[in-house]
Amino acid sequence: MTAPLDIRPARSRFNLQKLANSSLDSLKGLVPPLVAILIFLIIWQVLTMGPDANLPTPVRTVQDTWELIVNPFFNYGGTDKGLFWQVWTSLQRVALGFTLAAIVGVALGILVGTSSLMYSALDPLFQILRTVPPLAWLPISLAAFQQANPSAIFVIFITAIWPIIINTTEGVRQIPQDYNNVARVLQLSKSQYFFKILFPATVPYIFTGLRIGIGLSWLAIVAAEMLIGGVGIGFFIWDAWNSSRISDIIIAILYVGIVGLLLDRLIVFIGGLVLPEEQKQ
Amino acid sequence: MQVLNTPTQSTTHLQTQEPFLIFDNLSKVYPTPTGDFVVLDGIDLAIHEGEFVCVIGHSGCGKSTLLDMVAGFRQPTDGEVRLQTLPIQAPGPDRMVVFQNYSLLPWLTAYENIYLGVKSVFPNKPEAAKKHIVMEHLEMVGLADVANKKPSALSGGMKQRVCIARALALRPKVLILDEPFGALDPITREELQEELLTIWRDHQITVLMITHDIDEALFLSDRVVMMTNGPAAKIGEIMQVPFARPRERARMMEDPKFYELRNEALDFLYNRHAHADT
Repeated sequence: MTAPLDIRPARSRFNLQKLANSSLDSLKGLVPPLVAILIFLIIWQVLTMGPDANLPTPVRTVQDTWELIVNPFFNYGGTDKGLFWQVWTSLQRVALGFTLAAIVGVALGILVGTSSLMYSALDPLFQILRTVPPLAWLPISLAAFQQANPSAIFVIFITAIWPIIINTTEGVRQIPQDYNNVARVLQLSKSQYFFKILFPATVPYIFTGLRIGIGLSWLAIVAAEMLIGGVGIGFFIWDAWNSSRISDIIIAILYVGIVGLLLDRLIVFIGGLVLPEEQKQ
Repeated sequence: MQVLNTPTQSTTHLQTQEPFLIFDNLSKVYPTPTGDFVVLDGIDLAIHEGEFVCVIGHSGCGKSTLLDMVAGFRQPTDGEVRLQTLPIQAPGPDRMVVFQNYSLLPWLTAYENIYLGVKSVFPNKPEAAKKHIVMEHLEMVGLADVANKKPSALSGGMKQRVCIARALALRPKVLILDEPFGALDPITREELQEELLTIWRDHQITVLMITHDIDEALFLSDRVVMMTNGPAAKIGEIMQVPFARPRERARMMEDPKFYELRNEALDFLYNRHAHADT
């Protein structure tokens, strides 16, 4: 045997092994959650296997809702639409209400954070209003708007705005004194102070507020849609309950959870793009 | 005009007859629920143009309060600080502060940090002139090649250099330094002390520096102002530092006079005004 022949297979074996190791490592991370899901499904299956069970088994759920799972894009008019369209309608409401809340919330938060008079005047009000459950706003907004859709959007707005205001305010108030001293020594103008110090220093707090806000919005829209009807994932769930399609409810809940997670990740992702590198914790 | 590299001590202080920066019976009292808390009690001091003065004292002796009133961040309860006969009432670009903690904005590069102040203080200068000022001062502290780095990519010494460059770019009359090298390692600290002396000589600027390092104060300053312990801190003693300039650390350390002054200062701080005695 010659030396090169000896080395070559050894080297390629080594590389292959390294590759296998790294993919094995990433697979290893997936094992615990997959095992947890499997155990959860087994418990669910065992609990619902009896003939008197009120809820369907996981297998039964998939069988019942196979049409919904494989075809999320059907549209037979009215509220008879695929899950994609149901979720899409809810997302549009959230997008509108949440965007309004973000704009108004950040602006109000900065105003309240920079003025101690405003802070002492408005903070108690915010602290009271933020504890109001989202659905408590629905009747008053229906009374004000007289229409379902604007009312639902208003509920999103009023739900999401409080954490955005409160976190923005906190961010402004937490600006390090060093930075304010620098601004005073350098005689920065109001707009320079705003764009070069206040806003960059506050951005991490704003994103914390936005992240809490988007989570609450998604919680609120599902509940609000149950009451206002029409197209939307919330009413889809309520409608399924009224027609005793329990399997549909389960599949819709899964959708709600996944979309909520994606919304949260979206805000984190945008935050990662916007945040200055030095501001990341 | 001050001449560079003249090895006589008369080049630095007493070059103008009129005092430049004057502390006139300066007092600061904070009202508290249990009665008034006197931080500073009747500080009188006259600093000449181009002089380098260090203030030392134990922590809590009101050094920083003193500095804040020169900078204009706080107003004295009694008395006043005058710069060229005008009482100081607010922060201004004629008195630039280098803070103890690196006060660079972390989201701006070294260049942008300096440019922010230049743009604010000289709004009417043409763009090219502003850029020139920024680059000139970055070069002064030897950091032109890291102009586009953010503070997180700079070492502690580099950050403090940028702070000094930012302060001097605005052409202040007085440079105020609040324990600027306190957080640096000893080697970097000595390097920066020497750089600061060169800059001070080249810019003929008046420097008021707070430190608690006696060696640093003796190496840098014309006079060392020693504060008594707070509350109600006063100026305890003012020490003239007679070493010829430009100073060389090694030569100064060999001078018996250096140890005499050093022991005197140590005696003041640790025997006559030891921290726990009052």
